[in-house]
Amino acid sequence: MELERTSVKILQCAKTYSDGTRGLLPSSLDVHPGEVLALLGPSGCGKTTLLRLIAGLEMVDRGGVIQFGQQDVTYLPVERRQIGMVFQHYALFPQMTVQANIGYGLRIRGASPQELKRVVGELLDLVQLNGLEHKRPAELSGGQRQRVALARAVAVRPKVLLLDEPLTALDAKLKVTLRDEMAELLRRLGITTIHVTHDQQEALAIADRLAVMRSGRIIQVGEGEALYRHPKHMFVAEFLGRINRLKRTPQDIANHTVTIAQATVRCPQGLWPELFVRPEDIELKPYDPHLPVATLLQRSFLGDRIHYRIDVAGQGILTAEAHRDSPYLAGDRVSFTIATEHFMPCENDQ
Amino acid sequence: MLAKRGLRQFPFTLATLTALVTLLMLTPLALSITAGLVNNYSQGLASGLTTRWLEQVWEGYGDTLLWSLTIASLCALITVVAGVPCAYALARTRSRWARLFEELLTLPVAVPGLATGLALILVYGQFRSFRQSFLFILVGHVVFTLPFVVRTVSSAFANRELIALEEAARTLGAGFTRRLVGVLIPAVMPAIIASALMVFTLSVGEFNLTWMLHTPLTRTLPVGLADSYASMRIEVGSAYTLIFFIVVLPLLWALQAIAHQVQKRYGT
Repeated sequence: MELERTSVKILQCAKTYSDGTRGLLPSSLDVHPGEVLALLGPSGCGKTTLLRLIAGLEMVDRGGVIQFGQQDVTYLPVERRQIGMVFQHYALFPQMTVQANIGYGLRIRGASPQELKRVVGELLDLVQLNGLEHKRPAELSGGQRQRVALARAVAVRPKVLLLDEPLTALDAKLKVTLRDEMAELLRRLGITTIHVTHDQQEALAIADRLAVMRSGRIIQVGEGEALYRHPKHMFVAEFLGRINRLKRTPQDIANHTVTIAQATVRCPQGLWPELFVRPEDIELKPYDPHLPVATLLQRSFLGDRIHYRIDVAGQGILTAEAHRDSPYLAGDRVSFTIATEHFMPCENDQ
Repeated sequence: MLAKRGLRQFPFTLATLTALVTLLMLTPLALSITAGLVNNYSQGLASGLTTRWLEQVWEGYGDTLLWSLTIASLCALITVVAGVPCAYALARTRSRWARLFEELLTLPVAVPGLATGLALILVYGQFRSFRQSFLFILVGHVVFTLPFVVRTVSSAFANRELIALEEAARTLGAGFTRRLVGVLIPAVMPAIIASALMVFTLSVGEFNLTWMLHTPLTRTLPVGLADSYASMRIEVGSAYTLIFFIVVLPLLWALQAIAHQVQKRYGT
C-alpha cells in the first residue's frame, strides 16, 4: 500500500476560542510531501490546536490559509478534507468489530464488498492484527487498539495523516516498541504525517523534522538531530534534552572565552551572555590543574550510563554523563573538558 | 459455601432488622393478594378460595390493562424518537438558552400531575374527539416522561469519549445522519434503552395526570384501580391489584432482561 504524497502549507494560521483564549498565535509551517513532522511541546503550547486546525475540527481565524498540495482547504469541512486521524484514546467505535472499524471510512465512500474485504485484509496484514478481525475494541489490548486506530485512519488513503499523541495511553515499554513500529510503517506508506506529542524521544524516533512549540508559537523547525545539536532557542535545547548553563563575564565575551572554575576555555564567537552544554558533552578526566576542576558531589548509576553532579567554582552545580565504566566517585576532585563545538549558544527570553 | 460464610459474618441485629423491614413491606402485599382470592375478606381464608373476583375484574376492567400497556409502549416510542435528537442538540449546544430550555423541560416532572393535566384540558379540552380519545392521555404521558429521556440521553451524548467518537467519524468522512445513526446512537444505546424502560414503567403506573385526563370511556389501569377501590367490594380491588402484578411484573422483568442484553452488546 503506497499512498499519495501531498504537501501541507500553513500560512499565518491563528486560533482564538469563543471565550477569548488564544490557542494559537499566527503561525506558518511547511510540511513536505511524504514527510513525518512532529509538533512537539509541553501541554498548552498549541500543538493540538494546530493539529485540529489542519484536520478541520476547528476553524482557523480569518486571514489564515491551509493548503493541501495546490488545494486550499481552509474552509473545507473535516468530512471532505480527506485526512486520516488517530486520536489520543483512539476513539474506536465500541460496538463495531475490528474489521468494521477499519472499513468504516471505506463503507462511507461506497466501496464494494470485494474492495472492502481486500483493503481491510491488506491493512490487517500491515498492522499485524490477523485473527482479531472479529473482536471488539473492548477485547483488545492498548497496543492492538492503537494499531486498529492507525489502520482505520489510513484505510481511506488520506492525503494527510494526523496523529494526536498516539502513544500516550500506553505503558512505557510498549510505547517504545510501538513507536519504532509506527516509524517504520509511516516510512513504508510514504504518507505525509503530522504527529503531535509532548515526548521528545517519541518525536525524535518517529519524525523526520520537528516543530518545537511554546505558548501558541512555533519556536524552531528542523531535523531532530540539528535541533538537538544546534538549538536556536534555550527552550528548544532544554525541551529536547538536559542542559547546563554557563555564565560569561564581559571580559569572556570580548575574548571569545568562558571562565570555568580557575580555567579559561575557548568557545564559539558571539555576544552570548550564557552558553549551554549538554551533560554528555562534559567529559570528566583525572585531576589536572590546567583544566577546569570540580568536586564530584553525587554519582548515580543508571545502567547504560552514569550520571554525575559536580560542583564547579563560579558556575554552580553542573550535571555530567559518562559511560557506565566511568571510575569517579563522590568526593573526588576531578577535571573536565568541553569540546568547542559542543557549546550551544542560543537565545533565552526567560 | 460462600453465601453461608457471608451470612455468618452478617451481624445478627442487621439480619433481624432486614427481616423486619421485608416483613413490613411484604405483609400488605400478601394480604392484598390473598384478599383478591378469598370469598369473603372479613372471614379470611375460612370462607374458601375463589377466582370469581379475578373474572369479574377481567370482564369489567380488562381493557384498561390493554390500554395501559399500549399507551406505555407508544409513549416510550414517541419519547425516544422525539427525545434523542433533542438530547443531541442540547448536548452539543453551549448557549445559555439551551441550559434554560433544559431546565424548563424538567418542569413537568416537578409540577404536580394534576396541574399539568388541568393545563392540558384548558388548552385542548375544546377539541372534543381528541379530548375523548386515548390520544389525549398519551400526550399527557409524553409531556410527563419526555424529560427523563432527554436528560438521560443528553448526558450520555455529552460524554467526552463520545465527542471523540463523533470527531473520528467526521474525519473518516461521515456526514451528520451517518454518524448519528451509525456511531452516536449505538454508543448511547444503553442510555436510550434505560430511559425507554423508565418511561414505560412511569407510564404504566402514572395516576395523577391520567386521573385528570381520563373520561369514563378512556381509563388506564391505575385509574380503573382507583375506581374499583372506590366503588367495589374490597375483594374486587384486591383481585385487580393481583392482575396488575400478574401481567406487569413479568413484562417488566422481560424488558429488563432485554435491556440488559442490549447494554451488554453495546457496552464498552
